[in-house]
Amino acid sequence: MIEQPPRFSDLESVRNSLADVNYLADDGIAGVVYLADRLGKPVLVEGPAGTGKTQLAKSVAEIAGARLIRLQCYEGLDESKALYEWNYKKQLLRIQTEGDGASWNEVEDDLFSEEFLLTRPLLEAIRSDDPVVLLIDEVDRVEVETEALLLEILSEYQVSIPELGTVEARQIPLVFLTSNGTRELSEALKRRCLYLYIDYPDLEREREIVSMKVPGVDENLADQVARIVRSIRQLDLKKNPSVSETLDWARTLVLLGIEQIDAKTAIDTANVLLKYRTDIEKVVKEFADNPVELTATDT
Amino acid sequence: MTVTDPITAPSSDQPLLGLVSGFIIELRNAGLPVSLTENLDAMEAVTHIPIEDREAFKYALGATLVKNHSHWRAFEVVFEVYFSLRGPEYEIVDGAASGDPSDDEDATMPGEGQAQGGGGGGMSALTPEQLAEMLFRALMNGDEAMLRALARQAVMRFAGMEPGRPVGGTYYLYRTLRNLELDEMLDRLMEAARADAPANLTQLEERLERDEFSDRLDRLKLEIEAEIRRRLVADRGVEAMARTLRKPLPEDVDFMHASREEMVNLKKAIYPLTRKLAVRLARKRRHGRKGPLDFRNTMRHSLSYGGVPAEPKFKFPRPAKPEIMVVADISGSVAAFARFTLHLVYALSGQFSKVRSFVFIDGLDEVTGFFEGVEDIGHAVHRVNMEADVVWVDGHSDYGHAFGVFWERYGKDVGPKTTVLILGDARNNYHASQSWILKELQHRSRKVFWLNPEPKAYWDTGDSIVGEYGTWCDGVHEVRNLRQLEGFVENLV
Repeated sequence: MIEQPPRFSDLESVRNSLADVNYLADDGIAGVVYLADRLGKPVLVEGPAGTGKTQLAKSVAEIAGARLIRLQCYEGLDESKALYEWNYKKQLLRIQTEGDGASWNEVEDDLFSEEFLLTRPLLEAIRSDDPVVLLIDEVDRVEVETEALLLEILSEYQVSIPELGTVEARQIPLVFLTSNGTRELSEALKRRCLYLYIDYPDLEREREIVSMKVPGVDENLADQVARIVRSIRQLDLKKNPSVSETLDWARTLVLLGIEQIDAKTAIDTANVLLKYRTDIEKVVKEFADNPVELTATDT
Repeated sequence: MTVTDPITAPSSDQPLLGLVSGFIIELRNAGLPVSLTENLDAMEAVTHIPIEDREAFKYALGATLVKNHSHWRAFEVVFEVYFSLRGPEYEIVDGAASGDPSDDEDATMPGEGQAQGGGGGGMSALTPEQLAEMLFRALMNGDEAMLRALARQAVMRFAGMEPGRPVGGTYYLYRTLRNLELDEMLDRLMEAARADAPANLTQLEERLERDEFSDRLDRLKLEIEAEIRRRLVADRGVEAMARTLRKPLPEDVDFMHASREEMVNLKKAIYPLTRKLAVRLARKRRHGRKGPLDFRNTMRHSLSYGGVPAEPKFKFPRPAKPEIMVVADISGSVAAFARFTLHLVYALSGQFSKVRSFVFIDGLDEVTGFFEGVEDIGHAVHRVNMEADVVWVDGHSDYGHAFGVFWERYGKDVGPKTTVLILGDARNNYHASQSWILKELQHRSRKVFWLNPEPKAYWDTGDSIVGEYGTWCDGVHEVRNLRQLEGFVENLV
């Protein structure tokens, strides 16, 4: 393992610098980021969609002054997209230009050198000289077998390339994996990571997030927004409003110049917050003084 | 497993590590899978954390030891038990001697501290009415410190805790809450809120106020619970408390013996479970790689390699989707199980070419219609319980008669593609078994499976005749909890 000076001096500094880049971390988030740095371990971030999992990685990159390298996972992701690939076309050219002059051994050695290697996000992250934050986004989308690709890099910070040998990290990157929990990740992967669950924020934090992220919102409106969203989340909905949807809603209200949210405004703009018709109907039923016909609410 | 007592026998040079390892053993006892590497990580993590910061300590342990969010609750309970008595601010305070409040301490530890602030001192002198009034005002203003102090006072006064008395925490909780009359408190708070408001509250405002107050009341309840737990731990010791508080994880809760609270948790757990299962099954279907060589496709791709078939292409197998008939006993004892299974099967209906469902007690009714074109499966399951016509004579399970009806009315619909799932404990109340029907069904269908929510040890005891029916099934499975149900359904598709 490479020794490197810790990025953050203490817990409080993590929290404050995250707040400086407009990311409000609670105790758990700040603590895990701090530990990830100290222990040199990747962080697996789970939680409902739209609670700022990806944003966390971006913000940490910003405060650490590091480059963010992102690997977006999808079904069918493989080695050649995640780790490295040999540049076949270039290799072919090399063979053709060689002609008859060179011996087989020379050509072979030459063909599998770094010159012909195309680095993909994971290899790039560990070969980088400058500090990086590696974000492996939506890791639950890859198949269980593909997860194994990640194991070496997550625990040893190295990549083994059969033809070339082992590439070791020049510095230990901060690694964030995010998952929306569509499937259970393998034990092997979880064991190598610190685990962080980011849930919907509580009332106060949500209010602060709204005040911080939405320009032109006043305290009073932010408070109302947060309170209404909390009440909506308590209903049994198909999809709860996420933080990003809360922010969209607050922005909408600011644009419309609304200062006091009444039931009618809330219902008229509910389609920003909720994405299913049945959910909107349910909210209308719960909140309206005299339930309006839904057709009127589709603005 | 040897259980180290973390209080009396910590390794002398590193008391903290001894404590953490005791804590981890208790986590394992509670059913959380903690591996050796995670154990080591936790040990290392706590050395980086300022030890007086309780929240940070908790999250450090959580991040390294708990890798599944549904286990977090269990972790918290063990944590509270293990670390509730540590640190001077957690000493049990009796009567008025509530210690001298030091405010700087409170500042470093948000959410902690004790009977500080207004009224911490002379509370025991108050009459119950005054106490209720203080509680009312604290709830009205959302005064956290005050609520905490009042929670302690309430436990001291109403719970009637006696050392060594073998009663569970819930009993004390019940006693305390009954004396505080919190339901009426909510009404009072709402009235006060209405009186304070300049105009009439709209339904929205009313709703928001109510949610706010319920939230504060919930927090008060949590405080009371924590206080009771602290006192119990002080009385009985960590090990004993950890044992009594040990609860099965949501996926291990027995369907037939779930408490009301566990039922609520189960219902919450079933939705993410079905989603995960659906994704996994859809994936499995697409990614079977055992298909035969697709000659045409391979030739087509060989063109870009100058006619050399460098990249063999394979056909994807497309297994036929099974057709499912669910026949479920919904009499009292096994109703919960039938509900969960119906829920799961319909949530996965995309994986089957056709799903039909029937419920019975002693009569039988088809309920497929309830689920058609419905988005909310939970609601449909509820309707099944309310509206299905399943009682023939007396409303005691009669498998024989129910199967008879099924055979007569729907037997002709069972074909070689149909998989029949029968759910029930096969407790037939000594009626005729009519097991020849199952024999015929097995003959005619693809597979017949029986899912029994009873523990295997109870099968064929008393009026259970699962053995007789089982002779004519392709498999009889014990399905007592979500974990087993998930496993079965995955294999079914």
